[in-house]
Amino acid sequence: MDILRIATAGSVDDGKSTLIGRLLFETQSITKDKIEALKTASQRKGLDFVDLSLLTDGLIAEREQGITIDVAHIYFNTPTRKYIIADTPGHFEYTRNMVTGASNASVSIILIDARNGVGEQTRRHFYISSLLEIKNVVVAVNKMDLVDYDENRFNEIKSDFFELSDKVRKPNQNITFIPISSLYGENIVTQSEKMNWYEGNSLLQILEGIAPEDIDAEVLPFRFPVQQVIRPKSEEYHDFRGYAGKIASGQINKGDLVTALPSQQISKVKEILKYDLSLNSAHQTESVVITLEDDIDISRGNMLVKVGEQPELKKQIDAKICWMDTDAMKIGKTYLIQHGVNRVKAKISAINSRLEISTFEESENVDELNLNQIGVVSFKLGGFVFSDNFEANPANGAFIIIDEFNNNTVGVGFVL
Amino acid sequence: MNINKQFPRALEDEAIFILREVAAQFEKPALLFSGGKDSITLVRLAQKAFFPGKIPFPLVHVDTGHNFPETISFRDELAKQLGVELIVRNVEDSIKAGKAKEETGKYASRNALQTVTLLDTIEEFKFDACIGGARRDEEKARAKERIFSVRNDFGEWDAKKQRPELFDMLNGKIEMGENVRVFPISNWTELDVWNYIKAENLAIPSIYFAHEREVFDRDGMIWSDSEFINKSQDEVPYKRIVRFRTVGDMTCTAAVSSEADNIDTIIEEILEAEISERGARIDDKRSEAAMEKRKQQGYF
Repeated sequence: MDILRIATAGSVDDGKSTLIGRLLFETQSITKDKIEALKTASQRKGLDFVDLSLLTDGLIAEREQGITIDVAHIYFNTPTRKYIIADTPGHFEYTRNMVTGASNASVSIILIDARNGVGEQTRRHFYISSLLEIKNVVVAVNKMDLVDYDENRFNEIKSDFFELSDKVRKPNQNITFIPISSLYGENIVTQSEKMNWYEGNSLLQILEGIAPEDIDAEVLPFRFPVQQVIRPKSEEYHDFRGYAGKIASGQINKGDLVTALPSQQISKVKEILKYDLSLNSAHQTESVVITLEDDIDISRGNMLVKVGEQPELKKQIDAKICWMDTDAMKIGKTYLIQHGVNRVKAKISAINSRLEISTFEESENVDELNLNQIGVVSFKLGGFVFSDNFEANPANGAFIIIDEFNNNTVGVGFVL
Repeated sequence: MNINKQFPRALEDEAIFILREVAAQFEKPALLFSGGKDSITLVRLAQKAFFPGKIPFPLVHVDTGHNFPETISFRDELAKQLGVELIVRNVEDSIKAGKAKEETGKYASRNALQTVTLLDTIEEFKFDACIGGARRDEEKARAKERIFSVRNDFGEWDAKKQRPELFDMLNGKIEMGENVRVFPISNWTELDVWNYIKAENLAIPSIYFAHEREVFDRDGMIWSDSEFINKSQDEVPYKRIVRFRTVGDMTCTAAVSSEADNIDTIIEEILEAEISERGARIDDKRSEAAMEKRKQQGYF
């Protein structure tokens, strides 16, 4: 059974939490005691309907303010698969959480309030979806009940959206539009009778139709970041030396020739182990242990690749950065970057440009990046990283930035 | 809706990746083991993650002294079988040392007191990472917590200051004295855990299966009768066929009326259940934010 990971984004009050509550409700994923708790909580707030959004706003501060502050993860199953939703905050201060929540998603649902239409937030959400190379974007025009389920209003929003999205749209991106009402469950699980003019599928039908992404395994290069060297030194496994890791991309077969990075030594795959099973091949996202025919120098943070598919060994990289900390990123400052499981020191040698995500204004000659800003940055590295271009191979093209003064994760980078 | 009942293997790959990151990024990790199904799942995952090597960290159990005897003997047996070190620390000792105060009244429980003993154990052994079996689907404050959840010297969780977690990159860098709570099965649901137990054919304590037990009714829930619970006169114990969906302390875990005596019938029952898993946890019923408040104070 596969898993589909979804990120939802919308402005404050676009009805995101209600939509998720509705999806859970309609797929019978909410149990009776939780519905009872929702009723009680809704009554306590003086509402005369069951507020499904209370289901996901898990923190005291969120319920107080009626907004989503932090990413929440929600789960449900259908006959086809398991779904994981990262419900990300729409409030502009929390853009960093939106990037975080969307980083694992293969589908992004962008919510627009039918009354307000395309806004600054919509642009931001779409930009982030594109930045993260999310292939499937579903634009859900919500609260259709408040515009009398009007087709013209829907079409107006649709054309406004395409006007703004053209600039950042990726060629391989699927964008689907759907009119919904989360509050009344219109077009969520079954097609709405109130909007006969809409001929497309319901939201859940659209999601069920999205293909899993492991099809890419055959075309992408094999990238195996080594997490750990397993050497039991027990009597039974006295000479055993295996490399444990999770395949980032591509696939590997027993007998394939591999190059270890950075040593560039070559050997042959002897065994691919998954616990006590010996496999003939394994592909991306699988956690395995690989043993080689020869004893070569490999340690944590190194990478195994197939001979002939080697990425460039870099001590200098350019990347698009999304900054996530209140302390600005400054030219000349040294951070730690973590690409997969490989950590190296990195000094900011230049900030080439900066994009204000809320306005799309781009400026050059800047010397710092502030919270929620995006920029193109050049790094000088203390050691090698084995990255691919993010657009070509997202699973091996991103890194996080760690501030060594306070150990916080302060930014994310997408290798150019 | 007829939902899919297979176990998604991607969840196992993800959990194994996380466990290996713990072993690589920390000096002294520990696996918090309660004898419940989630921690049994964790032990299995750890066994797989480091094979053919041994699990490179001890199992730690904070015992309230009010646990089901079936769980305790299961715990001891499993540790012996795996050849892993088992560290047990008792809430009783924290109470005797005057560090924790026994609750009184009808709902007295040592559940919240575990935090004191846990923090002392972390300090005693200088653990820098504690692996736990909490899942985000259990409770809404848990739904907001990271996989690597950094806690300060007092074990406190600050929901507003969580590190962003991007892609699968985990940042376990901490200062001396801080520690990280790690949740490898964050993205699993109760159903996923049961499907995994079935797929892996894992042994679990007998109290998960239907059995006859002395119980009494309180607040619409079925309580297991024990000397640790302060019953009122009209709470009269009687025999009933029940099982437990979640295994905590005897003072905070309610039973469910059930005939399910094997994994398949348990799975069917969960699919049709009208009550959520933590609906049987008396400790969560204290207030809407019961879990968040306990977490802020260092609870799991």
